[in-house]
Amino acid sequence: MSKRTPRQRASGAAGSKPGTSQLASERELRRIIDTVLRLAETSDAAETEVHVDETISALTRFANNAIHQNVAEHTLTVSIRTVVDQRTARATTNKLDEDSLRSAIEASLSLAHTQPKNPRLLPMPGKQRYRPVNRFVKQTAALTPDDRARAVGIFSSAQTQSALGNSAGLFAAYRDTHAVFSITMQEESAASWAKANFTSVLEIDTQKLAQRASEKAHHAVNPRELTPGRYTVILEPAAVLDLVGFLFYDFAATAVQDKRSCLNNRLGKQIFGKNISVTDDVYHPFQLGAQFDGEGIPRERVLLVDHGVPKNLVYSRTTAKALHKKPTGHGFPLPNEYGEAPMNLVVSGGNSSLDEMIASTDRGLLVTRLWYIREVDPYEKVLTGMTRDGLFLVEKGQVKSAVRNFRFNQSMLEMLSNAELLGPAVRATGEEAFEMVVPAMKVHNFHFTEVTKF
Amino acid sequence: MFDLTAAALDTAKLRGASYADVRVMHLRQRDLTTKNGEVGTLAQSESIGMGIRVIANGAWGFSSTDRLTRQGVAACVAEAVSIAKASALAKRGDVVMAPEQAYVDSWQSPFRKDPFEIPLDAQLALLLEADAAMRKIKGVTLTETDMQFRKSDSWFASSIGSRIHQRKVITGCGIVATSFQNDEIQKRSYPNSFGGQHALQGYELIESLDLLKHAPRVAEEAVALHSAAQCPQKTGTLILGASQLGLQIHESIGHPIELDRVLGQEANFAGTSFLTLDQLNKLRYGSDIVNVVADARLDHGPGLGTFAYDDEGVRAQCTDIIKDGQFRGYLSNRETAHLIGLKRSSGTMRTESWNRLPIIRMTNVSLLPGRWSLVDLLADTDDGILMETNRSWSIDDRRYQFQFSTEIGWEIKGGKKGRMLKNPSYSGITTEFWNSCDAICKLDEWTLWGTPNCGKGQPMQTMGTGHGASPSRFRNVRIGAAFAK
Repeated sequence: MSKRTPRQRASGAAGSKPGTSQLASERELRRIIDTVLRLAETSDAAETEVHVDETISALTRFANNAIHQNVAEHTLTVSIRTVVDQRTARATTNKLDEDSLRSAIEASLSLAHTQPKNPRLLPMPGKQRYRPVNRFVKQTAALTPDDRARAVGIFSSAQTQSALGNSAGLFAAYRDTHAVFSITMQEESAASWAKANFTSVLEIDTQKLAQRASEKAHHAVNPRELTPGRYTVILEPAAVLDLVGFLFYDFAATAVQDKRSCLNNRLGKQIFGKNISVTDDVYHPFQLGAQFDGEGIPRERVLLVDHGVPKNLVYSRTTAKALHKKPTGHGFPLPNEYGEAPMNLVVSGGNSSLDEMIASTDRGLLVTRLWYIREVDPYEKVLTGMTRDGLFLVEKGQVKSAVRNFRFNQSMLEMLSNAELLGPAVRATGEEAFEMVVPAMKVHNFHFTEVTKF
Repeated sequence: MFDLTAAALDTAKLRGASYADVRVMHLRQRDLTTKNGEVGTLAQSESIGMGIRVIANGAWGFSSTDRLTRQGVAACVAEAVSIAKASALAKRGDVVMAPEQAYVDSWQSPFRKDPFEIPLDAQLALLLEADAAMRKIKGVTLTETDMQFRKSDSWFASSIGSRIHQRKVITGCGIVATSFQNDEIQKRSYPNSFGGQHALQGYELIESLDLLKHAPRVAEEAVALHSAAQCPQKTGTLILGASQLGLQIHESIGHPIELDRVLGQEANFAGTSFLTLDQLNKLRYGSDIVNVVADARLDHGPGLGTFAYDDEGVRAQCTDIIKDGQFRGYLSNRETAHLIGLKRSSGTMRTESWNRLPIIRMTNVSLLPGRWSLVDLLADTDDGILMETNRSWSIDDRRYQFQFSTEIGWEIKGGKKGRMLKNPSYSGITTEFWNSCDAICKLDEWTLWGTPNCGKGQPMQTMGTGHGASPSRFRNVRIGAAFAK
């Protein structure tokens, strides 16, 4: 018979009101971790690491002015990594009784035993100190289905938390909330879109976003067809995000070591314009995310690109040791083949407003959003994709007409060398990349290669 | 498990639901990877839980839980009903579903060797040996291999009386060699890119792939691509290898025929479709030789879209999508089938996991084989380019304009396979492309490819789909635009 689990003691969820579910307390997460570490002491694991991840989320989808999907979930998983004789492996479960946790420990050990020794495997890190962040907003956590039903569009809210502990005494915990509102407005065959993603639901102005999408959809009716070619473009933040987002893994030391980064042989060289600087900064007020990495190492703020010159990479403990660098706190949970990555990019902005960019443009295109972006050439960082939900011709400083959507094939190295004007950096959200802090950009010679039928 | 599903259905009824269906799912997965001769990922996971979907006050609600106790189930059902009632605040009409009969059944996908029973050290040894074989080739700078195994049990019950247990075993495997040289990254994959081949099979799939035979070849080709000629920019004849054609089918036929997309339900995220309802039975989608089906039955093969029943309890079917070039059918569920006046759902509701709502997904959307042998097809081609193994893919949000690039190309001159071409790409408009198809290879060359990573829905769900295809020829296709300067 299995013992009573830590979460059974914590729960009391039966009969709870929808929308008022609560995450387990940090003490409960510690108790789960301590339980696993205690059980592992009687196994042949030399070291043990435990990740606990919990999510409570709900999402309401509207289409054709009615709710067509309305869902909720609450998940909690325990992921256990054991080390035995310079070998490591991971097993994950969502069953929290002691028998199941013991089985997961055994599964992890069984996987670990099968492989050759890894001489590069480091001992688990001990206790660390973390800079506090506060990203949990009660109003977001308390949203109910009724609250979401009063909006128009797609509205989701979530509370998530992660805790990490290991047999060397490390313990780290993080929790946040976030709310997402995304709306598409259609008029005749035209459509436009607006989206926001914030820690606090109070920052989301659903009416304003709906109005913006509605006005743009109205202007997007009857698009004219232009000839593909090179155009000056004004990229709204969502479009910039989804392009720049493709660069994040190139800044991983492992990617450079593996020679699959566009920064191979390019570190320290002027490859972007002097107005482009990029940092990875989880502590930025517009960012979300834990202040520690997959091994519990504190994340550092790293200057990746300084005035167009890639200066630094991010390092996990393993790659830092191999390359005689200091770990930056960007490692993925072990074991993995990808090493690390910056997940909190902040692209420095300027002070040009979108209106100023339009007013300064003799002939160009205003781009709302991009879609289905894929990498065509990994070294020149050529990306392809489509414009979507509002492409407009700008002539003599004014938005003139809607334009049929274009396909682009554009090198990011070239694009970030051709940025003429930058807007203020904002928390941007799209559909292709995870949220980052980026500015709107006016870019010349953006390469559109084909046109579609709408 | 059916005790739990019965309790959930009873509670849903008591709380006022007019319809409910419940899925308890137990999912197990094992992932193995190597990179440059070392073990990369070595992990396994399991997850068990329940999702319940209800109609109350004429609207949908869904909730899920991993607390498989009477109390946990009761709370989950209460939340689903409460959500449905909130949904009813903004409904246009009551949900009505096309009729479906009740089934009581148990089904297991056939496999010869349970991959979870094969010794792990043997699995790792094979990957490390393939990895080593690729690294032997001078000029290779990165080698990667992977295996993935999944076993899922699902217990489905609905308030119309269905009780269905299904067990599926899925296996996947692939190898990749990458070469960085002269400011250029080239790679080759086997048997397909982005994780290799995946099928509703056991470890026998891995054994059939003969990784060690192909490892040196893909490594040599990755290096040779650096000195190959650049694929030209032109309009001309294109022959697609079967795996690339499988992805072409996925993007330019599979997605636009999803009825939720057609009806605007995915407009905010995945987009809509050019296949508006007025096109059904009227649009000439392709040339006369183009025949496409959506077939979830085992008779079609062990694809990632093969099952006995979908996730709302509809039996697997074969639906004509394109018949002799004419557009004939959509992928539907019970609700959308009713909305457009169909008598029955085509059985394509699928869910990634217990905590996700089933949505319309591709099953096995396949191009039926033609009459040609590949040898005869090449011999019949005076001037063309053969492209194999996907490298990038992109299509607009109504599924008209697409662009694909592949890892490798070959010039076809005077009926013979000639020099290697690097950075091949092609692009076009969906219906123009399929109408330009003038030759399809026969069953001997046909493979049911697995696409394990199809993303759709909010929250995002990843689903495996199947796509049968054989090498085929297309005329007057735009080639090389991706690398245009």
